[in-house]
Amino acid sequence: MTDLSTNAAAMTATTPGARRTEQYIPLPLNAARLLTLAGVVASIASTFMSWTYTTDFPGDLTVSGYPGGLQIMTLIGAILTGVIALGAFRIKGLAWLNPSRSNNSVLLLALGTLATTWYTVIDIAAKLGGLANLDPGGFVAAVGTLALFAGTLALPIDRHPHDEDDAEYIELGSLAAVSLVVAVYRWLRELRITHGDINVPDPRRLNVWLQRLAIVAVFAAGLKVLTYGLATTYSDIFIGYMIVVSFTFWGLGASGLLRQFQQLTRENRVFSSSVGIVAAVAYPFAQNNEHWANLGVSVLIVGTVALGLNIVVGLTGLLDLGYVAFLGVGAYTAALVSGSQYSIWSGVQFPFWAAALTGAAAALVFGVLIGAPTLRLRGDYLAIVTLGFGEIFRIVVKNLDGVSGPQVTNGPNGIAQIPDLSIFGYNLGDQHDIGSFTLGRFANYYLLMLVITVIVVLVFTRASDSRIGRSWIAIREDETAATAMGINGFRVKLVAFALGASLAGLAGTVSAHVTNSVVPDPYVFSGSVPPNSAFLLAAVVLGGMGTVSGPILGAALLYVIPEKLDFLAKYELFAFGIALVLIMRFRPEGIIANRRRQLEFHEDDATAPDKRTLGDDTVSAGTAGA
Amino acid sequence: MTTTIPHQPTPEQVPDSGPLLQASGVIMRFGGLTAVRDVDLTVNNGEIVGLIGPNGAGKTTFFNCLTGLYVPTEGTVSFRGSVLPPKPHLVTKAGIARTFQNIRLFANMTVLENVLVGRHTRTREGLLSALIRGPGYHRAEAASRARAMELLEFTGLAAKADHLARNLPYGEQRKLEIARALASEPGLLLLDEPTAGMNPQETRATEELVFAVRDQGIAVLVIEHDMRFIFNLCDRVAVLVQGEKLVEGTSEVVQQDERVIAAYLGEPFEGTPGDGEQTTGEQENDR
Repeated sequence: MTDLSTNAAAMTATTPGARRTEQYIPLPLNAARLLTLAGVVASIASTFMSWTYTTDFPGDLTVSGYPGGLQIMTLIGAILTGVIALGAFRIKGLAWLNPSRSNNSVLLLALGTLATTWYTVIDIAAKLGGLANLDPGGFVAAVGTLALFAGTLALPIDRHPHDEDDAEYIELGSLAAVSLVVAVYRWLRELRITHGDINVPDPRRLNVWLQRLAIVAVFAAGLKVLTYGLATTYSDIFIGYMIVVSFTFWGLGASGLLRQFQQLTRENRVFSSSVGIVAAVAYPFAQNNEHWANLGVSVLIVGTVALGLNIVVGLTGLLDLGYVAFLGVGAYTAALVSGSQYSIWSGVQFPFWAAALTGAAAALVFGVLIGAPTLRLRGDYLAIVTLGFGEIFRIVVKNLDGVSGPQVTNGPNGIAQIPDLSIFGYNLGDQHDIGSFTLGRFANYYLLMLVITVIVVLVFTRASDSRIGRSWIAIREDETAATAMGINGFRVKLVAFALGASLAGLAGTVSAHVTNSVVPDPYVFSGSVPPNSAFLLAAVVLGGMGTVSGPILGAALLYVIPEKLDFLAKYELFAFGIALVLIMRFRPEGIIANRRRQLEFHEDDATAPDKRTLGDDTVSAGTAGA
Repeated sequence: MTTTIPHQPTPEQVPDSGPLLQASGVIMRFGGLTAVRDVDLTVNNGEIVGLIGPNGAGKTTFFNCLTGLYVPTEGTVSFRGSVLPPKPHLVTKAGIARTFQNIRLFANMTVLENVLVGRHTRTREGLLSALIRGPGYHRAEAASRARAMELLEFTGLAAKADHLARNLPYGEQRKLEIARALASEPGLLLLDEPTAGMNPQETRATEELVFAVRDQGIAVLVIEHDMRFIFNLCDRVAVLVQGEKLVEGTSEVVQQDERVIAAYLGEPFEGTPGDGEQTTGEQENDR
């Protein structure tokens, strides 16, 4: 395990080298700080004023006295900026708020506040027809956030230039618009703070109960932020929300607080995972809305399936484009033994545990059947063959209707009226009152699915950190070398394939009951409605291959964002494609980087290349020896 | 560098009963090209055998035939008296470990994990025991880690156990490949150009490492272009030219053999036209 003393050594060994400090607006330091804080105060004050005349704009921004709608985004952004700024200015007693001692975090947070506020102002002008619709409050907000941003630009800012990228932008640079975007991107990227720069104090110095209190507070805040985002009713507000949340994460990352929190959870692993589970359990209680509970259970299902796919794609490196078929196998199996009158075995009704095991086992069998002939192939060939098998599943199911083939699945009509589950007499279809809370149908299924998710997370973490998990990763890294080290490649890959399949099947059994019916159509390679194989793969890649939280986060984002941004509906696949291309180009390790990536911490910065830009400069060890 | 590590005897270790490795009549053809032509080679217990030859002589192809990466077109390879199975992982299980000419570490795994992967054949824990994590699993995992750390001590990499393999400097990557190969508890270690690209000090250290490996009772078969390294190290040297074994013998015998000199320095010898192209300046320097 990472030893802090070695970390400290690595940090002191850091040579600032390319790092340089810049100031974009020439102001004395104290004036810059004052301007920043004044901007914070003005921004906060503006949110208590009226921004527009009419209530036509989403979220009521006409009220003076308390903030509403998008004003809350500005308010939160400004408060966070102010707090982190006080930390960055080394105010006595508050320095812990910005352990990296860098103003970059303040700049990023200010940028987020500016972006969300100006987005609001422009949106008001655009939606209501002109700037005339702005109340003075709107102008105060616009000017206040601008002053805030200007103040942070006058602070000393650390930059890490990437020289190696110059060449590849030359061609792009010929287009003015593109070169502007690239310039902005590069400027933002150079604001990043490397781990070596973050002088994170050891959080273990804190009293253990204080540590735990901090963990609980962070999880509670996270749950609050999550439910708030889900409960936003307008696309506009959701966009503002996403801007603030992304810049906040970025800014907190640059401040070193995220790193510190990471270290805290690592120190209190059991405690923080139990708090995480409690927070997840609290989700349906935190909001009494069946729609959001439905969203929650859907996210859990696709997230769990994506996590299963992560074993195959992320750990073992097998590109499986037909993975959704295993979810289908699980769902169909559960439907057949559910007692539905449309099932060919309508008299058979398994208890849930038996149905879940049957579904997982059926998916396992299919996994082995499909894997055994295909896993002898490598790379692209495997991808194409799995794509084919995925489609074969759907088409076969469609034709097992008694006309084209034997009657098993009712063909395109599927198996409808799957009865709700009943576990120990607790009928998941009914509404239950627990204390003052009401758990509706979807909330019940959410809690059931959460159990499945926890099981899958456990399976994933335990499997990946073991002899078999190491052999999966070895095969991903270099299959020839792995077999030369005594790993039976075919067998180990088959185990990964079958395990991934059975986890998807397990999730499928729940999804059949949640949707009340199973039909063949959702189990396609790509479609506008998740789950489909492309969606799952995108979730894994976007979130971070080989990590636990990555695919779940990726699935959540890919599921929730289109749900929230209704104008995207037509372009959903297009947006997917763009998102994937951008992620591949700019952050190939995904939103959440693998633990292995974090080992960059150990590097001697003098010799080792920067691993943050992995993917474009991944020099395989093999080329060095050639 | 420590020179002693407790070597766990491999269960199948047989006392001296004939050669450890016996390749007889190995022929490897790729379509019309015969890369290895009727090569015999034996390696006895506790021996260091060198395999030299100009570039393209078929040394690595021959290695691949020994380790099951290629199935020889003709001929047999037997190890400890039994014919080797044609699968690389079974060959490793039987007790032959190898390194690669172009380093092939698991670049995104840590140094320790690389060695643990090498332990694969000597451990049994499957998926179920990894999921259940009973006491047996923890014991086996702890033992594996302990053994892997011993090997890292042995190769002098213990301090870097938590580093990513690809962040190691070149020489240490080579050492790690050897440590990873040793983790499979081999009876025979095949080294494919272990000192390529190394400076004299590193080469010297590698030499000591190979001797230390031999002192544990592991026979070594080594391909190398560095003649000083080969002649210091090897009990016997075989010379491969154009897929054929030209000479085999002690360092002195090989060094004085005219055909070897011809093969390296470019005087065409009878019956094989076009050998002149084999010469490179680099190899002249090595002599």
